[in-house]
Amino acid sequence: MAGDLIDLTVAEAAERIRSGELAADEYFDAYRDAASRDSLNAFLWTAEDAEEGGDGPLGGIPIAIKDIFCTEGIPTTAGSRILEGYRPPYTATAVRKLREAGARVLGKVNMDEFAMGSSNENSGYGPVLNPWDSGRVPGGSSGGSAAAVAGRLAPCAIGTDTGGSIRQPAALCGIVGMKPTYGAVSRYGMIAFASSLDQCGPLTRDVTDAALVLQAVEGRDPCDSTSIGIEGGIGLPSSEDLKGLSFGIPKELASEAEGIESGVKEVFERTVALIEELGGEVSETELPHAPHGISAYYVLAPAEASANLARFDGVRYGMRVDAGDLTEMYEETRANGFGDEVKRRIMLGTYALSSGYYEAYYGRAQRVRTKIAEDFSKAFERFDFVVTPTSPTVAFKLGAKTDDPLAMYLNDYCTVPMPLAGIPAISIPAGLAAPDDGGPELPVGFQIAGPAFSDSAMLDAAHALEGAIGFGGNGATT
Amino acid sequence: MIDREQVLHVAKLARLKLNDEEVERMASELSGILEHVERISELDLDGVEPTSHVIALENVLRPDQPRRSWDRDEMLERAPDPASGAYRVPSPQA
Repeated sequence: MAGDLIDLTVAEAAERIRSGELAADEYFDAYRDAASRDSLNAFLWTAEDAEEGGDGPLGGIPIAIKDIFCTEGIPTTAGSRILEGYRPPYTATAVRKLREAGARVLGKVNMDEFAMGSSNENSGYGPVLNPWDSGRVPGGSSGGSAAAVAGRLAPCAIGTDTGGSIRQPAALCGIVGMKPTYGAVSRYGMIAFASSLDQCGPLTRDVTDAALVLQAVEGRDPCDSTSIGIEGGIGLPSSEDLKGLSFGIPKELASEAEGIESGVKEVFERTVALIEELGGEVSETELPHAPHGISAYYVLAPAEASANLARFDGVRYGMRVDAGDLTEMYEETRANGFGDEVKRRIMLGTYALSSGYYEAYYGRAQRVRTKIAEDFSKAFERFDFVVTPTSPTVAFKLGAKTDDPLAMYLNDYCTVPMPLAGIPAISIPAGLAAPDDGGPELPVGFQIAGPAFSDSAMLDAAHALEGAIGFGGNGATT
Repeated sequence: MIDREQVLHVAKLARLKLNDEEVERMASELSGILEHVERISELDLDGVEPTSHVIALENVLRPDQPRRSWDRDEMLERAPDPASGAYRVPSPQA
């Protein structure tokens, strides 16, 4: 029975709970049992008792929360040892809204420390394993969210995306992951990495479930003055075809992109052919500045992070290492509390903002950001959406890129331009491909990006394409 | 491109203590990353406005109404070393 229960999508389960066919407690217990047998290191904390659910659109639905969202009284670490044991005094708006829609917090899930990483190997609490192959990474930074959903340990999850941190792990784990338009979801209570880029979004088994979760979390919030919400809300997707829609393939992120695995290319091309079969128009386009996205991103995000992470100083919360004077206490606390990647980004960001280098790095990167946004605007004059592979490769082996930070950063090649422009993008599983280094076939993600606030239309297009792809998604072995 | 001295200077600005091995590694890793980032120096960006925020928003205001703030004791509960209703820290000049 439990096996059947955890095969239901969120939409199916919510419908059965509403009709009285399924008891919410039984459904929650099935997932709590699954989560308690977690062999992927996805969960950092699991609920012992079910919270009181409501009867909203997500009535009785358990949800995994990336550990970057503050949850009152529930441990919140952001994947960092510096916050070990921290229990926030308040709850993030996104989590509050999920509860108001009837969802129940199932657990807090693992992530790259402070959302900095593309493999989940930067967690202070050990790496998450990919449910398709436990010798491989689930992607990051929302690796725990993606692995929990793909591994049938949670029906749905929320994560955060700054440069690809929802879409890339969703791609590597064979599920749906969406980064909404910047400002669609409140960032209140979401521990800040790079505030001008960070955005909360859903990780789910299918596109309808992504819409259901986004519907619950989006909205303006007085506690985050950069939040706007989606005008008219998020509708549930229903399209079965792509007639009348046009799709541009930016050559810089597809045919001309370096380092895209041959299997990923094949699946991408097959999916483009499906768009045409569904009545969509497809042609090549250009985003001339997109290849500079990684450079701009790895200046801007670390610069913002170096300021945001100044608050972890051993004074108000988290760990402290006692040492001589005040400055030494700061330095020792941060040296012991932060992991290697976080230190690297703080150093990079501090350098880029330091006297004499500010204009050459930070100033120029902000101008590149403008050019990237203009490239997208131009493309959207001709096309409704642009499409790319989500990740250049399928899931890679644990440890394969840990010694080469730049190689790790290049995983984000196809996903960083969208947050730099503030536009929404979704990754849907498009098929399987063998990695270039051999081994069994693994999931490949297909990315659709649209203009700002086209979130509902984008979900609709993704829904039609998802139906034509018919990805089973049952290859996860756990 | 970035040497030991610069790494130590930036680490001081960032309030991060690095051991010798970390200083060496940081110098080489940051140089590699910055070399890649340097590619943006090839672009002609004259007259391009910088973007710090992507969505057009200006003067988001709310009524200036007083409301209760966080409870002091509840906040101090989470501090590593609270004392006499405040955060206690080592002296700046121990």
